[in-house]
Amino acid sequence: MEDFSFQHNVRARAGGTRQTAIVGVVASGNLEVLVERVLPDAECALDIKTAALGFGEVWRAVIGDFVERYSPGGLRFSINDGGARPDTVSLRLAQAVRLIAENGQ
Amino acid sequence: MTAPFRDITPAERARSTSFYEASARTRLELLLDAGSFVEFIGPEQREISPHLNIFDLPEQFDDGIVVGHGRLDGAPVFVAAQEGRFMGGAFGEVHGAKLTGLLRAAREIGRIPVLILFDTGGVRLQEANAGELAIAEIMRAVMEARAAGVKVIGLIGGRSGCYGGGGLIAGCCSALAVSEPGRIAVSGPEVIETNRGVEEFDSRDRALVWRTMGGKHRRLLGAADVFAHDNVQDFREAALALLDLVGPFGLERLKAEQERLADRLRRYGACLDAVDIWTAEGIAHAETVPELPADQFIALADRIGRTSRDAR
Amino acid sequence: MTLDDVLTSLFPDGHEVRNDKGVLLGSATLRSGASMLVLGVADRTALGVDEALRLSGQVLKSIDRGQGPILVLVDSDSQRMSKRDELLGLNEFLSHLAKVLIHADLNGRPTIGLLYGHSAAGALLATGLATRVLVGLPGAAPAVMDLPSMAKVTKLSMDALEEKAKSTPVFAPGLSNLAQMGAVHLTWSNTISLADQLEALLADMPAVQDRRDVLGKERGGRLKAAEIAERVRDLALQAY
Repeated sequence: MEDFSFQHNVRARAGGTRQTAIVGVVASGNLEVLVERVLPDAECALDIKTAALGFGEVWRAVIGDFVERYSPGGLRFSINDGGARPDTVSLRLAQAVRLIAENGQ
Repeated sequence: MTAPFRDITPAERARSTSFYEASARTRLELLLDAGSFVEFIGPEQREISPHLNIFDLPEQFDDGIVVGHGRLDGAPVFVAAQEGRFMGGAFGEVHGAKLTGLLRAAREIGRIPVLILFDTGGVRLQEANAGELAIAEIMRAVMEARAAGVKVIGLIGGRSGCYGGGGLIAGCCSALAVSEPGRIAVSGPEVIETNRGVEEFDSRDRALVWRTMGGKHRRLLGAADVFAHDNVQDFREAALALLDLVGPFGLERLKAEQERLADRLRRYGACLDAVDIWTAEGIAHAETVPELPADQFIALADRIGRTSRDAR
Repeated sequence: MTLDDVLTSLFPDGHEVRNDKGVLLGSATLRSGASMLVLGVADRTALGVDEALRLSGQVLKSIDRGQGPILVLVDSDSQRMSKRDELLGLNEFLSHLAKVLIHADLNGRPTIGLLYGHSAAGALLATGLATRVLVGLPGAAPAVMDLPSMAKVTKLSMDALEEKAKSTPVFAPGLSNLAQMGAVHLTWSNTISLADQLEALLADMPAVQDRRDVLGKERGGRLKAAEIAERVRDLALQAY
């Protein structure tokens, strides 16, 4: 297993009122993303545990794109990865942001 | 997530969602009354397996099982759903303990039923001793809950089926609903082939696997009382129907089960294949059963299939 | 110990336990004069549909007509791995055996399992692990999962698995590992009379409540199970 952590300053707070959301499942080629609204509005953080070793730069690029595109301010993402491809990672991150952007608990 | 579905009712969405393909969380969301599910020890608590890191394997925040409570047609129910894609839905220490705790509470309350959405290969190898014992504790907790008047309903239709100790827990339930892909067995096809050879069981012969362990055969044998279409709404309706049917547990049921199983051995103990059993049950052209569409199969099973009602 | 050794030491005054192709059925009289139902699996026999149904039938008969504790002796293979057994619904037969044992235990017929040989997987669930108190004898060799099969699935070498097994009781075979988990309540000595040890246990049977998770925590083998089960239980009780 390999761990990565990323912190970003972002331009805007993520929408919605939900406090937590989870998408995906830990399986070969798949991942789960737990997202929690626990940070100041101008920050976001991502903690990754992955079964695929040696992809630090790919993660950095995928997450840089994601943060730029969605500005997920106030959110902490915790990721358990079973070796997903970058497009799957991007999809799950987007799903997680959309889910927590809903209103509710 | 909800935006594209805003125009359709929850029931329509549940009807159009394959139980087999859906995640454990989606199954629960669509099975229960809309918005009623509340989870116990959710993923944000990060109660992961303490053992997978020994094997350098990834963890899942809910350890592959979602437990909580919700409402079914307005009535309270406890629910547990296994995620068959994480480690094959296998039972580990934390995974199993969540279900044990749920059943113990149900026993103390005594009137709120428990729905278990099985999706499991059995014991999780990497924590085999803890998983095996967790299954033993769950079996005990199911029986104690049933003895206290709790109905425990199993729903089986996930991609990992219901194998190993999962099959034994299913056998302890008050009633089961199964869909065609919902296999129920103790030893999996690969396990039999590895131990006894390909002559005993060819695990690559998928037709053989389905007709030996699959939902249709289990329904005809009377191992499951309801055959569900592979969608979440049908499993919801099956659960409601079974909750209505199930009576109180007692010694008489165990005696009836002894007789039911003895009768099965007498009638079918010499059969070499499921088709022989179906033929012996009086089904004409039994070899066509695997191809029957669900509606036709349900009509056939209601006419000819056996039942474990009051005998389990 | 062999089956004969075990039975002789347990019941020095004699017993009526018959071994029919690995299925043990019968009864014995304790020194107190009380009678005990004795059943089980011997000679490392696989537990299939036929064996399980005979055993459950014996327990049900005894629930109707007998009294006293029930002893389940275990030296089995795993469940019988065969097409026929699965075709006939082996899971129901094994569950049924476990269910009648649990029912007996909950209704005044305390159950004791005695693991004196091998056992594994579904066979252990339907016999020893379905009793209130599971006792191990030195030399017993339960294996939920054997290491060669584990090596195959995990793609780790036997050496690597054996190395890992030194640091945790959670996956490797063996009586002491199952004891640490809380599955085996106590291990008897094979150098003193089993009858004495059985009588001591019967005189001081633990309560009917399943405390194996707490035992596993006390012994350091399962640190999370009891706490997780308790937390879920509390949350569920608070909800209603």
